[in-house]
Amino acid sequence: MTEVATTTTPTPAGTTPRGAGGTGSTPSIGDGVRMRIWRGDPAGGAFEEYRLPAQEGEVVLDVVHRIQATQAPDLACRWNCKAGKCGSCSAEINGKPRLMCMTRMDQLPEGPVTVAPMRTFPIIRDLATDVSFNFEMATRVPAFAPAPPPAEGYRMAQIDIERGQEFRKCIECFMCQDVCHVIRDHEENKTRYAGPRFFIRFAELEMHPLDTNDRRDLVRERMGLGLCNITKCCTEVCPEHIKITDNAIIPLKERAVDAHYDPVAWLGRKILRRTKRSAAEAAALHPPGPAPAP
Amino acid sequence: MPSAHETHDFDVIVIGAGGAGLRAAIEAKGRGLRTALVCKSLLGKAHTVMAEGGVAAAMGNVYAEDNWQVHFRDTMRGGKMLNNWRMAQLHAQEAPDRVHELEAWGALFDRTQDGRILQRDFGGHRYARLAHVGDRTGLELIRTLQQKAVSMGIEVFMECKVLQLLRAGDGAVNGAVGYWRATGELVTFSAKAVVLATGGVGKSWKYTSNSWESTGDGHAMALWAGADLIDMECVQFHPTGMVWPLSVRGLLVTEGVRGDGGVLRNNEGTRFMFDYVAEMFRAETADSEAEADRWYADHSAGRRPPELLPRDEVARSINAEVKAGRGSPHGGVFLDIATRRTPEYIRRRLPSMYHQFMELAGVDITAEAMEVGPTCHYIMGGVRVDADTAATTVPGLFAAGEVAGGMHGSNRLGGNSLSDLLVFGRRAGMGASDFAEGAPGTPLDPAMVEDAASKALEPLGRDGGENPYDLHQNLQEIMQALVGIIRTGSELTEALGKLGELKARAAKVSVSGGRAYNPGWNLCTDLPAMLTVSTAVAQGALERRESRGGHTRDDFPGPDPEFGKVNLVQRQPGGGTVDVEITLAPEPLPAMPDDLAALFEEAH
Repeated sequence: MTEVATTTTPTPAGTTPRGAGGTGSTPSIGDGVRMRIWRGDPAGGAFEEYRLPAQEGEVVLDVVHRIQATQAPDLACRWNCKAGKCGSCSAEINGKPRLMCMTRMDQLPEGPVTVAPMRTFPIIRDLATDVSFNFEMATRVPAFAPAPPPAEGYRMAQIDIERGQEFRKCIECFMCQDVCHVIRDHEENKTRYAGPRFFIRFAELEMHPLDTNDRRDLVRERMGLGLCNITKCCTEVCPEHIKITDNAIIPLKERAVDAHYDPVAWLGRKILRRTKRSAAEAAALHPPGPAPAP
Repeated sequence: MPSAHETHDFDVIVIGAGGAGLRAAIEAKGRGLRTALVCKSLLGKAHTVMAEGGVAAAMGNVYAEDNWQVHFRDTMRGGKMLNNWRMAQLHAQEAPDRVHELEAWGALFDRTQDGRILQRDFGGHRYARLAHVGDRTGLELIRTLQQKAVSMGIEVFMECKVLQLLRAGDGAVNGAVGYWRATGELVTFSAKAVVLATGGVGKSWKYTSNSWESTGDGHAMALWAGADLIDMECVQFHPTGMVWPLSVRGLLVTEGVRGDGGVLRNNEGTRFMFDYVAEMFRAETADSEAEADRWYADHSAGRRPPELLPRDEVARSINAEVKAGRGSPHGGVFLDIATRRTPEYIRRRLPSMYHQFMELAGVDITAEAMEVGPTCHYIMGGVRVDADTAATTVPGLFAAGEVAGGMHGSNRLGGNSLSDLLVFGRRAGMGASDFAEGAPGTPLDPAMVEDAASKALEPLGRDGGENPYDLHQNLQEIMQALVGIIRTGSELTEALGKLGELKARAAKVSVSGGRAYNPGWNLCTDLPAMLTVSTAVAQGALERRESRGGHTRDDFPGPDPEFGKVNLVQRQPGGGTVDVEITLAPEPLPAMPDDLAALFEEAH
């Protein structure tokens, strides 16, 4: 976010003057908190500074909520669960993408805390950005397509699903997308680059024991997997600590490349059919048993 | 006039995109109907993601003895027999299919040694029954349904707040009016059938596990459209919410901690739950720590630990310990798994609890006990529905999930919510599709649209009125103090008086800024529903002069068999608004057939 200007917002008339260093009735700690929040819309904006008393154990989102309640009722920000489980309240705190609900004030350095919207996505208002890019990208992922269940139902070993489970921890905060320089610095790539969130989705499907769709050519040719040069920025910001680069992107690159370039693998596939089958082929090989209980 | 607004025409619209809404939309879309999903937040952020422990389904993967009859019986007993028996039956019968269906749509549940879906123990369930993914089952459920819905091409209207249902001249629901949060612009939907899947009401309480969306929109909109609400006094206070730091007070701590071996202790170190085993559960509950501890490894080696009694029992017990001065430093009790399981086990089984306490409270749950206390979690009461079709008492209107009443009686068992969403989400989708397929469709009433729109916009045009945030805070304080976990007649009467005052103040609320993404204004438009629902809860609580499940009256401490035979039905005959009086009358529960009733007479 380019810092346009810095202004200080006076306490609006008609609200309790809880600003200025904790003179209100709320218990305060030290000198109170200062938070500089980007306010604006697609036409432009600026950081505005708010002062309010500090409270024990607060996270950034608590302070934003208190600012809304006492000083800026129209301050736009997304949030839902306030427990790090829904991935709604992503923002750039002191320049780093983080969940506002999981960032404790007492663990940030002294001095004003800067809160800006995610830079990679267009601004709607204040801290709310237009993340529709991600929802459009989701529609381009070919669906999970399992073979029909055998009569006794599907069986999968825990060890075989743990790889996929790691990726399914994703809370879709889109901070990996925000920090990925392939789209952060190159708007033009958005049409041809799925981004880390969707690379882990492709990896999850690729590694799913029941899936039959082969998406390796798609992810290489149309989803821009090759544009990722594994700087691991995505892994660093992931609040779920998913090893996006090591466990998803690199294996996906290897599999996609193998599928396309390796002549031995190509020949092996032709002879031994060691690729995923299409859903139709799989269905022909495994006649459907009764559905898992009527 | 509606013609001036953005208008969409569908066969079925589903309001709410949590588990129930997604499942309903998938069903309607699968039937080939033009289907829309409308939600207040982004897709995939609904409160369902907060569900941790699992989805209850008698698949019998861990204990082959389990079957739908046992699940049915557990559910009814957990609900203190106030449940709609037919809903409880369908739920128990169909839940396993719904879980298998999720697996066929890509969900990755934890596995047994032989590769089937693993099931865990939870309060009130006789057998290990909860299919789960660590302690993030809700996320798995919503992501699976979300990805299924996206793959089917269901149209999703995200960050779109619905203000009011629209009705034809004959009273049938035929659409809805709302606004886009991003722009504040109005949008109307015309539909042959509408499914409410709006979730709960917790945001009217100060300490709640619920997200901002849980403002009771569906409960209120149904009532305003003339539909019946039942048993609104039955609100569940989950026994284990975080109590410290204050900013996260109320945040949920999964029952899975207790299912996986965690125990509750007071400040003297005593496992106090042994002192609170009600007569109804005594025969099946362990009476010594040694017996309880044997049970975890082998359910035939001992009876259940009292920490796994139904939630209402545990929440009241914690409340009593704290009141008796045996609480923890921040006003809760201790939940200890650190001394009972290895750090590796805890981190594998309860990863998000580990993370949550470490990041938010600086507590390492593999080394220290957690401080926990009751938090407003779930409303069992809700819109009265037909069990088989999820149809409300108003034609064209269907309801599923937390917004619907009856399934859980006066207390819900953990794990029965996710299965409820799936079973009745699907049934609501089927019911709405059946209705829509035969319906001609009726024109929207422009006056109704205009009225809803102008009311919603009033706070933006008003100067110097009440701050909506102050009003919301006052509401939460009233409900927390006077309509909380333990209630008395005088306090409920006082609450109703204060709610009346709040309604008068809410009519004068004002907010600065414009219509585009303005949370202050958005809150103004949530207040009428919150006030309506809070009133219904307080009225029901005053009328039900007994203690049953989640509803506890200090002045009527025991259950009353007469109240056990009735639903308390609230309605605004012919429809209404936040300012219209809500009538209340007891009506007999549906009678259970003999073969099901016999399940409660068998020895256990």
